Amino acid sequence: MDTVISSARQTVVIGPDHPFVIIGERINPTGRKVLTAQMIDRNMSMVCRDARRQVEAQAHVLDVNAGVPVDGVEPEILRLAIEAVQQTVDAPISIDSSVVEALEAGLAVYEGKALVNSVTYEEERLEKVLPLVRKYGAAVVGVANDDSGISNEPQERLRIAKLIVERAADHGIPAQDVVIDPLALTVSADDNAALITLETMRLIRENLGVNMTCGASNISFGLPWRPTVNAAFLSMAIAAGLTSAITNPLEIEIRRTIYAADLLMGRDAYAGNLIQAFRSGRRTATSH
Amino acid sequence: MSREEEIKQGLYEHTLVGEASEVVALTQEGIDRGMDPLDILFGALIPSLQEVGRLFEIGEYFVPEMLVAARAMQGAMALLRPLLVDKGAEPIGRVVMLTVKGDVHDIGKNLCNIMLEGEGFEIVDLGVNVKPEEVVEAVQEHRPQLLGFSAFLTTTMPFFKSNLAALAEADLRDTVKVMVGGAPVTQEYADSVGADGFAPDASAAVRLAKQLMIDMGYDVSMGGGDASEGASALASAVQAVEELMVKAEHGEG
Repeated sequence: MDTVISSARQTVVIGPDHPFVIIGERINPTGRKVLTAQMIDRNMSMVCRDARRQVEAQAHVLDVNAGVPVDGVEPEILRLAIEAVQQTVDAPISIDSSVVEALEAGLAVYEGKALVNSVTYEEERLEKVLPLVRKYGAAVVGVANDDSGISNEPQERLRIAKLIVERAADHGIPAQDVVIDPLALTVSADDNAALITLETMRLIRENLGVNMTCGASNISFGLPWRPTVNAAFLSMAIAAGLTSAITNPLEIEIRRTIYAADLLMGRDAYAGNLIQAFRSGRRTATSH
Repeated sequence: MSREEEIKQGLYEHTLVGEASEVVALTQEGIDRGMDPLDILFGALIPSLQEVGRLFEIGEYFVPEMLVAARAMQGAMALLRPLLVDKGAEPIGRVVMLTVKGDVHDIGKNLCNIMLEGEGFEIVDLGVNVKPEEVVEAVQEHRPQLLGFSAFLTTTMPFFKSNLAALAEADLRDTVKVMVGGAPVTQEYADSVGADGFAPDASAAVRLAKQLMIDMGYDVSMGGGDASEGASALASAVQAVEELMVKAEHGEG
């Protein structure tokens, strides 16, 4: 099953027979003081810089989040950030907010088929977000949790994922436009967190066959060697059926591991992508 | 070294490496031998947790090590708590704490709980992903003086407002002072949603909690000079821990 998203100038396909899709996570003000201050001032220079740097680092899609800690301004700032990103780079955008008005403001100015990030299986959210996804012909990330929170049972997460896909269908959104987030939580707090996520991925691949994405950097919160832990997790997750991830492409270890994992999964004929990435890395290195 | 001193030394060392069963056993032994529970707390457990904070601050310790140390300390607190009450150390106030709906991040909230408890507050912890209607129920049931909301995500912060609205609707808003916190939260945001106070870290949360109690006309003095000294030392350690956790999470660039 292929999920197609696009900008005005570029199309990206997420699917098991395509290279793994990297959704760049950097345009997000959480914990970033300078970016937060700039966003509040409606200054999009760091947003544009982050967009350029991530695309240079082979991000296929850019996540854009404008959740600044000021009440009521998120729709306007998300709209400005999306306009700035689409003027700066060609990559399609994942519009990231839990505020329905912000999603709508972003979708209204977006040129192309966006990925809406995200909806959970919570009645109120479903009935507000899914009509928007339908109205703008977007794809949507469905997070495998409901009103009762996040289950530690892979079967339960699968059940919720299935319900999201069904509800989307009720709204006229086909399964290929639903990308399930099986939820990656930090192994700092629970040794089994990654195993639960990986098992959920296998279940979803076998029983639903939809594409998946997840916030892969959560897994290593609070640990040393974060890029290494993230990369090891991504490699396992790709084998378990993950077809895209919201992660940091600026980390070379993550980037390289994704090329290697794609090759090992038989998705990179004659290692073409890996060799090309190696050469362009070498050129960048010698030009400095 | 007397056995009492050995026990304190052992509590310090086992808390430092998060060996909960040893910490609980030594705490029980200390209690059985008639040691002062305040001495166990402020003479061993809190200095150890403070050292954990220092090690975290200099990059020697990581989150799992901090959590396991905090859990070891909580095991000891479960034994000490009834004795502190028996000693006449009445709780100085009751606090209902929670992480808001949609959010499962509770490391910071749990540190606040430990510190508030160390300062003599009684904590009712509602856990994570708590719905506004559950907040209302808890306030009705426990009648706390203080209510603490935590949110780690910009996407879940709006639930501060939902919770406050639910309290107002149930005519409970004036019965309780509300403090908010969490990585993305600022004073401005707290003001904009109508909270009574904001604390950027656990130590500030303790100061804020006491100030709000004083504002309501309560007496918040507890224990002796030792107690407040130990607590303020812990406060600075926990503050450092939290600042670093935020940095570790987000890596400002």
